[in-house]
Amino acid sequence: MALKLKLHTQPDVPLEVDCISPDRLQSLSNSEISKQTIFHGNRQVNLGDFFDCIGDFDNEIIIEGDCSNIKHIGTAMSFGQITIEGDVGTHTGAVMSGGEINIEGSGADWLGAEMLGGRITVKGDAGHMVGSAYRGSAQGMQGGEIIVHGNVRNEMGHAMRRGLIAVGGNADDFAGVNMLAGTIIVLGDMGIRTGAGMKRGSIICQNIIDILPTFSRSCDYQPSFLRQYYKYLKSMGLTINDSFLDGPFERWCGDSVELNRGEILLYAGK
Amino acid sequence: MKIKSTEIVDTFAEAFKMYGSRVIITAETKEWAMAAAQSITGFATSVIGCKCEAGIEAEIATEDSPDLRPGVSVLFFAMDAESLGKRLVERIGQCVMTCPSTACYNGIDEGTAVTVGGQLRYFGDGYQSSKVMADNKFWRIPVMDGEFLIDNSFNVQKSVGGGNILILGKNQKATLKAASAATKAMRQLKDIILPFPNGVVRSGSKVGSKYKSLIASTNHAYCPTLRSVIKNTELDEGINSVLEIVIDGLNIEAVEEAMRVGMTAAAKPGIKKISAGNYGGNLGQYHIKLHELIGAK
Repeated sequence: MALKLKLHTQPDVPLEVDCISPDRLQSLSNSEISKQTIFHGNRQVNLGDFFDCIGDFDNEIIIEGDCSNIKHIGTAMSFGQITIEGDVGTHTGAVMSGGEINIEGSGADWLGAEMLGGRITVKGDAGHMVGSAYRGSAQGMQGGEIIVHGNVRNEMGHAMRRGLIAVGGNADDFAGVNMLAGTIIVLGDMGIRTGAGMKRGSIICQNIIDILPTFSRSCDYQPSFLRQYYKYLKSMGLTINDSFLDGPFERWCGDSVELNRGEILLYAGK
Repeated sequence: MKIKSTEIVDTFAEAFKMYGSRVIITAETKEWAMAAAQSITGFATSVIGCKCEAGIEAEIATEDSPDLRPGVSVLFFAMDAESLGKRLVERIGQCVMTCPSTACYNGIDEGTAVTVGGQLRYFGDGYQSSKVMADNKFWRIPVMDGEFLIDNSFNVQKSVGGGNILILGKNQKATLKAASAATKAMRQLKDIILPFPNGVVRSGSKVGSKYKSLIASTNHAYCPTLRSVIKNTELDEGINSVLEIVIDGLNIEAVEEAMRVGMTAAAKPGIKKISAGNYGGNLGQYHIKLHELIGAK
């Protein structure tokens, strides 16, 4: 039976609950879990002041209630599974290194920021800075997967170094900005300045975008590695148009203001 | 004991511990995938002279292949994991990477990983790039028709080589027909290959030779032309042709099943006996008894 945390009181200001993580809760009794210290704004309170704690931990934590004002769930987790049966607040899964977070609703800003491994799946939308580096950090996401079925906002994958971000809907501006490596796939539309300042890595777009003038077009071709990704994303529940499998894709190399070793693969079959 | 009118000799096949690997080749069409598969499994009949043994295991349907393209699975066997890794690098580099539109994937989940794509990547001269998806790392190597995609490492596992049956017939025509029927049936099975030409070998060998430089020589006890001039012939009057089918498999169960299926299919009119090759039980780690395979001792 999974450990269930049921939100019984909506916080007036954001709650910071970095203790909600399999690593932190695995060896605690329910009463000990209820006494875990969290921050309600700038005040220390107990987890039990906001959540009922039901069941036993067996590698899974289920969170019930509208958690859109609750931050840092699953931060730095390394194993196990967290299921959030609604929306969730910022910094969810930040710096996580393993395990899985499933969000039935929508995520917020800084989802999976600087994550190292594991997987975050969002059935709804996500906010700004998905998988990004924190301000002042050299590297964003360094491993793992973030799969968003809906839309994401600006600066997704900022300075990401490894891993996969897949978006079923649209992505706003500056996707993959300063990207070091890794893979971003967007099945919907993309905003402006995609891949600005990228050194390496791949950004795959299914719809026409404005390519920055610092990118140069190499060829039309059929990248076989994309077939593996699409097969995998299909298995993860994203809707993939079969025509994408055969391409062709335009390969744009850039950003020439940096290493010029990155690529934007732009579906050219339309 | 007999299958139909064919006597099954009360003996055993002596098989060896080897290391095996499965390579999956995909391409734009089945023909190109098969072209690469045939090329990579060339000159790989026996470790005695070829450093490895290899064969085509099966075709892979589009929906089952790693990249949703037509594929072919190929099995490789060698005496140790290190040399198998070297053979994979050599052969994939020369026979798959060179073949238009192909990609190459590891086909075994368990075992020890040997780096293959991680070595072939240097062909990219610095323009190669890697991807990691679901904890699997692969390389994209730029080539003249686009990119060659290959897994960073391939798994090798303990396997079995040298399972065999000997088909002893009244003439070459009947023996060939029986051998063809046997290989056709055996090729339906997974986890095994028949490394010799069309699955059949006529030049069965014994260990050693009168010539000191040779480690193997003709299995004279089964040569019909020598029946009257040697003392230890294994051939009765009326046996004028012998063909051998050698089986390598990823596990002993697969080899045993292949031998059982092969014997059943080969037991045809004109086939006097079915036997197996062994070295007195002194060399191989596996002794596969024919009578036990067909269910009665």
